[in-house]
Amino acid sequence: MCDQTFLAITFGPCDNCSQNKPLMNIYLKNEPINYCSLCVELMACQGLAKGETTNTLKAESESLKAKLEEERAKLHDVELHQVAEKIDALGQFVMKTRRTLKGHGNKVLCMDWCRDKRRIVSSSQDGKVIVWDAYTTNKEHAVTMPCTWVMACAYAPSGCAVACGGLDNKCSVYPLSLDKNENLAAKKKSVAMHTNYLSSCSFTNSDMQILTSSGDGTCALWDVESGQLLQSFHGHSADVLSLDLAPSETGNTFVSGGCDKKANVWDMRSGQNVQSFETHESDINNVKYYPSGDAFATGSDDATCRLYDLRADREVAIYSKDSIIFGASSVDFSLSGRLLFAGYNDYTINVWDVLKGTRVAILFGHENRVSTVRVSPDGTAFCSGSWDNTLRIWA
Amino acid sequence: MARDMSDKEILKMELEQLQKEVKNTREPVSKTAKEICEWVEAQAAEDPLIKGVPEDKNPFKDKGGCIIT
Repeated sequence: MCDQTFLAITFGPCDNCSQNKPLMNIYLKNEPINYCSLCVELMACQGLAKGETTNTLKAESESLKAKLEEERAKLHDVELHQVAEKIDALGQFVMKTRRTLKGHGNKVLCMDWCRDKRRIVSSSQDGKVIVWDAYTTNKEHAVTMPCTWVMACAYAPSGCAVACGGLDNKCSVYPLSLDKNENLAAKKKSVAMHTNYLSSCSFTNSDMQILTSSGDGTCALWDVESGQLLQSFHGHSADVLSLDLAPSETGNTFVSGGCDKKANVWDMRSGQNVQSFETHESDINNVKYYPSGDAFATGSDDATCRLYDLRADREVAIYSKDSIIFGASSVDFSLSGRLLFAGYNDYTINVWDVLKGTRVAILFGHENRVSTVRVSPDGTAFCSGSWDNTLRIWA
Repeated sequence: MARDMSDKEILKMELEQLQKEVKNTREPVSKTAKEICEWVEAQAAEDPLIKGVPEDKNPFKDKGGCIIT
């Protein structure tokens, strides 16, 4: 996504050995310090026991991974689509664009539905966050963020606030008022602070807590009122691009996916990484829980979407075709979990039969990459946002 | 944060994680896949995108004329 990153090198006395050398700016226990590269290496080695080198660690890691795969393979006695053979195939799909929401001045990056099934919040590269009424296509609120690339936005469960963030490394909550003339930006509350861009955010079951994921490789749970960090989740070795909370009935877990090709399932209370899956061949752009809570789907830059079963602890389906060569940016399930909607970078949306693993429809309409796809809370429609500056409602 | 960790620290983190995961309990795919299929079958009757919604009930279908909110 980012075009180029430049590494700025500072030169000066190292905080540790006091020699004048090129310095690396690192954070130790959240304090920024400057060490020269030699001291960083020495410090890293101190954390290891005698005899441990990168190679021994790697070898142990590989052997454990092989053991894990062996354990998982033992239970892989049948494929999902084989079990699904007895189920009736789906009929013909007729899905058309019913509404086109125009108004963003630049790429739409993210959107979310309100629980009232009719309002939508969307955010874009130009820094604007707009709340729409999907039935009438009217814009109800518009906020201009102080940063560009607002990559994450979420509607609060009560419908009274929206959260958004992006390159400003923060997640801010804006309470929505009924008074159209009120300046929303004045009421803004900064909740989360990361050391890199905010890639995704989501309210938990209440308006009081927000879960965020960031380019700094961590996810975090925050209290909205005080802005306090309640729990942080470490385990990814690269940017985390997406997260999704388990459906409320099934407990306190969430899944995250990132540029390290891993999808991790976390326990929100303990901060522990409970399960981890690494079968994708490229960055995982989006993760979504299955409506029953027993599985989750991922969309990735390797042009496939995959379904992972949490109880069987393995990947159980791959949704791909030789003709699809562009990455999948966003995925979502229909209400029953029978359909998987996936938006791709080749401007299309593919609809997959989750159980049989086949594609049931391909939807054209957007004129640039589809960046986000979300099914409405009552399942009557789904909305897609794209780099062509518009959002489309399909039903 | 992951960006500030050296390779060795990242490997250590992954190693500890793998050691924990090998101990997880797992169920056979035949059982879990069947349960997923059954769950979907039960829910599919109520899924508007599968069974379709009659024109007059769907707020998104084009009606023409006025929409009274």
